[in-house]
Amino acid sequence: MKKILSVRYVIVSILILIVIWQILFLVSDYSEALFPSPLMAFEALIEMITSGQLFESIVTSMGRFIVGYGLSVIIAVVLGLILGSLPKVFNYINPTLQLLRPISPTAWMPFVVLLFGIGDLPAIVIIFIAAFFPVLLSTVSAVMKIDDIYFRVSENFGIKQPKLMWKVILPAAFPQIANSIHLALGSAWIFLVAGEMVGAQSGLGYQIIDARNNVRADILLATILVIGLIGLLLDFLIGLLEKRILRAWGGEN
Amino acid sequence: MSYIHIEDAGKTFTENGQEFTALSGVNLDIEKGEFICLLGPSGCGKSTLLNAIAGFDLANQGKVQIDGEDVKAPSTKNVTIFQNYGLLPWRTVIKNIELGLESKGIDKKTRREIALKYLKLVKLENFANSFPRQLSGGMKQRVAIARALAVEPDIIFMDEPFGALDAITRMKLQDDILDICKSEKKTIIFVTHDIEEAVYLADRVVVMTPNPGKVKGVLTVPLHHFRDRTSGDFLLVRDKIFDLLNMKMEDNIEYTI
Repeated sequence: MKKILSVRYVIVSILILIVIWQILFLVSDYSEALFPSPLMAFEALIEMITSGQLFESIVTSMGRFIVGYGLSVIIAVVLGLILGSLPKVFNYINPTLQLLRPISPTAWMPFVVLLFGIGDLPAIVIIFIAAFFPVLLSTVSAVMKIDDIYFRVSENFGIKQPKLMWKVILPAAFPQIANSIHLALGSAWIFLVAGEMVGAQSGLGYQIIDARNNVRADILLATILVIGLIGLLLDFLIGLLEKRILRAWGGEN
Repeated sequence: MSYIHIEDAGKTFTENGQEFTALSGVNLDIEKGEFICLLGPSGCGKSTLLNAIAGFDLANQGKVQIDGEDVKAPSTKNVTIFQNYGLLPWRTVIKNIELGLESKGIDKKTRREIALKYLKLVKLENFANSFPRQLSGGMKQRVAIARALAVEPDIIFMDEPFGALDAITRMKLQDDILDICKSEKKTIIFVTHDIEEAVYLADRVVVMTPNPGKVKGVLTVPLHHFRDRTSGDFLLVRDKIFDLLNMKMEDNIEYTI
């Protein structure tokens, strides 16, 4: 029942967006080539689907995304668990992290392109950077915030490293880590497009640049919509996964 | 020498360059199988003393020995039960009870059997696959007790274990812990600030006072295991404790000159 309701919300919400778009299209006097109607964007979407171009771009982008985001999350969580358990070491590393964290991943772009050329790598690196800092810092803080009682109980029952890590530290810190992984997915997806716009000749981000160069605003808008839809879908999937693990580990609901 | 031997034990902390004495000059001998209550108001060092014997925060003066050996770290032979239960929320009840058995090299099947046995002892066999958050406070503390018993410890330390429970649940658990003690014959060191609880449970009550934390006196409770909260003997022991804590009205207060 809850699911049906949420589907209804999604449909109504998107309908409202399309209606507003259509109204803007009707009242504005921009040329159709610059500001297409929903129908034109939809036709462009069909065109992209039938030509296979969309599918190809999605596969390329998803590949980069999975590699960049996946590696970033795994490395950030592992490093975070270790650094969180070594607060004295973290004190020396934290200032540098705080210095690097507020730098937008796109600021690294020229550098990344110079080093890695044009292709898959720049986008992967940008996604990696986008997800890395929030997940790392959140994992460290989650580990540091673990209630001392869990460590006392483990010590009392003779649970030592490395078992302590996966029996106690990881599950105790998991809810906060999962939350940051979830949030980082959104920003990683945002920066995928940025990365592909500058550093790639394929993928959804490049498709936007390509559409602009060919003055195909309809393709551009259709691509933007597809990027939004995939972002929504990814967010939904990781939310599902997060809930599942939390439930298996006795979390709420 | 007695089983637990504490000689002139003390504990000082340094905070912001100031030294603070949490516990000083404690002498106490505890025999195997005794039920000892450490009783006193907050700040009297009762938990400090418990942690020193359990090995979590060692005393920095004097001697604390168990079975002739200095306490240096928490031992798997002695289990501590905390006021806020210390259950791992990501494990089911039965997996929580198995926790202590896992580092003992016992195989999975035997672990489950042992855990079930103790779960039955605390009458929670129907909640084996529940998560801690689905249980009430009293049930959580029962799980913690079962988890402690499962590793067959020599000593059980209890740090205000019923402090977070309502009065009725607390009384029920007090009866349960007495029953379990009788059948399992454990040495128990129990911290509380509840005078009645101490008298009801303990073989001996160690009365402690603050500033600095020290032992004011040790009372033997001659009630054996027939404890009646309303009997004359019960009230007599309680009265003595009030006396030790200087909480009794003095008879000769009113003088007018």
